[in-house]
Amino acid sequence: MGYNPEKPMEGRLTDLGPPHYEQFMPPIIKENKGKWLWHEILQPGVLMHKSETGDEVYTVRVGSPRLMTLVHVREICDIADAHCGGYLRFTTRNNIEFMVDSKDKVQPLLDDLASRGSKFPVGGTGAGITNIVHTQGWIHCHTPATDASGPVKAVMDDLFEYFTSMKMPAQVRIALACCLNMCGAVHASDIAILGIHRKPPMIDNKRITGVCELPLAVASCPLGAVKPAKTEVDGQEIKTVKVTVERCMFCGNCYTMCPAMPLADPEGDGIAILVGGKISNARSAPKFSKLVIPFLPNTPPRWPETVGAIRKIVEAYAKDARKYERVGEWAERIGWERFFEKCDIPFTEKSIDDYRLAYNTWRTTTQFKFTSHIK
Amino acid sequence: MAKHETPMLDQLESGPWPSFVSDLKAMAKIKPEVYDILGQLELSYEDRITHWKHGGIVGVFGYGGGIVGRYSDVPERFPGVEHFHTLRVAQPASKYYSTENLRKLADLWQKHGSGVTNFHGSTGDIILLGARTEALEPFFWDLTHEMGQDLGGSGSNLRTPACCLGQSRCEWACYDTQETCYHLTLHYQDEIHRPAFPYKFKFKFSGCPNDCVAAIARSDVSVIGTWRDEIRIDQAAVKEYIAGNYPSNGGAHSGRDWGKFDIKKEVIDLCPTECMWMEGGELKIDDTECTRCMHCINVMPRALRPGADQGATILVGAKAPILEGAQMSTLMIPFMKIEKENEFEELIEFIEKIWDWWMEVGKNRERVGESMQRVGLPTFIKIMGLDPIPQMIRIPRENPYVFWGEEEVPGGFDRDIDEFRARHAA
Repeated sequence: MGYNPEKPMEGRLTDLGPPHYEQFMPPIIKENKGKWLWHEILQPGVLMHKSETGDEVYTVRVGSPRLMTLVHVREICDIADAHCGGYLRFTTRNNIEFMVDSKDKVQPLLDDLASRGSKFPVGGTGAGITNIVHTQGWIHCHTPATDASGPVKAVMDDLFEYFTSMKMPAQVRIALACCLNMCGAVHASDIAILGIHRKPPMIDNKRITGVCELPLAVASCPLGAVKPAKTEVDGQEIKTVKVTVERCMFCGNCYTMCPAMPLADPEGDGIAILVGGKISNARSAPKFSKLVIPFLPNTPPRWPETVGAIRKIVEAYAKDARKYERVGEWAERIGWERFFEKCDIPFTEKSIDDYRLAYNTWRTTTQFKFTSHIK
Repeated sequence: MAKHETPMLDQLESGPWPSFVSDLKAMAKIKPEVYDILGQLELSYEDRITHWKHGGIVGVFGYGGGIVGRYSDVPERFPGVEHFHTLRVAQPASKYYSTENLRKLADLWQKHGSGVTNFHGSTGDIILLGARTEALEPFFWDLTHEMGQDLGGSGSNLRTPACCLGQSRCEWACYDTQETCYHLTLHYQDEIHRPAFPYKFKFKFSGCPNDCVAAIARSDVSVIGTWRDEIRIDQAAVKEYIAGNYPSNGGAHSGRDWGKFDIKKEVIDLCPTECMWMEGGELKIDDTECTRCMHCINVMPRALRPGADQGATILVGAKAPILEGAQMSTLMIPFMKIEKENEFEELIEFIEKIWDWWMEVGKNRERVGESMQRVGLPTFIKIMGLDPIPQMIRIPRENPYVFWGEEEVPGGFDRDIDEFRARHAA
């Protein structure tokens, strides 16, 4: 049996959708669904949820690199088989959650996890720094301006003490997207690591005719920088496009639409840091992240400039913010001029918006602080 | 496929965070093509640029999504990753798994692909990284026939919907996010697998305004749980918090000495609507002024719970910055009951009204949030057949430029300039 290439449509099954979730829920979860009363984080990485039935479920949260192989997946299964009746779940931030139905099963699970070297760090709860959500980068993507798994590993190695503790003023959500397409939507994160390009696309005139719909390439540019043009290739006149360089903001949308317009470059590409976004509606409304460091170079394998910049922000925030205050709420309370000063980040015109709706971000009040920026 | 020297990647094997490099090396012993993934990634680290070609349309018969084509631009050096297509497998709601299911999937992926995965992709799918074109149909056959599972979405279609863990393990979920997500995912299999939209379209289901799946920032239709009656208060538990017997914020701040819990400073004064106060040793809330931000409930989970009359707020149009700038979803329906009993009829009707319009007027690669901006919110509200309410806006219009309709002005727009001039000399 199996797929028969001679008769590809015979016996084909389609549109089955995902399996029903209920068959994968551990009994303690299934029986208490909709009956949970409250929860408590007993120690970093260990949660207890109390049901109105009196039941308790203990969850051990474990970090993962997201990019994992079947070797790792099978080891996760071994752990769940040994301790959790063969069930587990993943969180939206790439953590693994092992659940047990009584307190005495927690310590053996923690001991098992600890015995496996650095593969299964316990933490990522409460007022700390949990796992970084991220994209593919150089391991798989065709448009990245930086790697993903490498910078994430480097940053998490550096911030590890905050993954395994809860001493921040509030949770700090870090996200990485390896280009402006933001598969890993980083635009509402406390700290966003964003791959950016800084050189306009090249035009591959030898290829453009075969691979691009020119009107789509022209229409892809939000600033009208891509225009129809003609050129000669091997003595033949062909239709192509040209780029008005002064208008290019390096979004890469043209390359997405037209493979003959590559823009990645070792010197041009790097990382921008945006801060102060949040998703939750708690206290203040959800916010977008703001660009505070326009460019840091790609320096594999450990991206020390990026790691250092994030640590500085994290430490300034940890020292200065009030309990419950997210990074963005803290920056708004102290004022962005003070934020730049406290984080020791040089302010440049790159942080002044000149895209759509930019005016909404200009200061139109006499209220400001006399920081070191005023000479 | 031989092992390559990877001195830069080797440096990512040290440090306390789990190393994807060590993991890939372990996999390479089983599937030697993984040596070529490591080799090509090392080359990218040296060159500081990607070595994957742009695109390549591959897939399985009858589907227009679920598989993303990928080819190496240095296949002669790394033949094991000459083809390195991604498969998106639709995840079960809230990402619960049995090990039996995961092991089966692991065996299938070892048989047909590289053995490299993401748990999970940003949209929520299980991502399987690295298959050759000729492996796609056999994998799909086995996935559907042996496991009864399916691919997710990619391209200009409905992307695989995602939800928070909801009522399965959270006391705050105001509707069954899992069931809603599962039901709508099955209901819209055609829209997930066969691209017919101007661009991608996402649903995300969060059980409460803490929004753990980032619905408000990332989904075209954001369904976020809320309630419309009173926050449930256990006054005895409030006293325990004040006495310091229960940890604030569910113990989330226990790693630092923040001093004794102060209900005024930590709850009442941080309430954005200032609708809470203490009276006779009891916590009082003026629920008519409450905007259900969740802060007080987050801080005192044993004393406060969302109200019992629960449903969801529906918002529309979030997206990341490409192209016109990032957008959060805009509030459209303040409160909708989300119930399995009527098979989510009201929500489905709402979604399809958006699609009917957007599929007609949406431009190529225009997210619905951008279409809304282009036509304006008043127009969009009319298309949706909704009454305008102040809850849809943050502040009223700050300019006087109203598009008055002719029928709104007595006498209409038709006037006679000669008659006007007879009374008003030029």
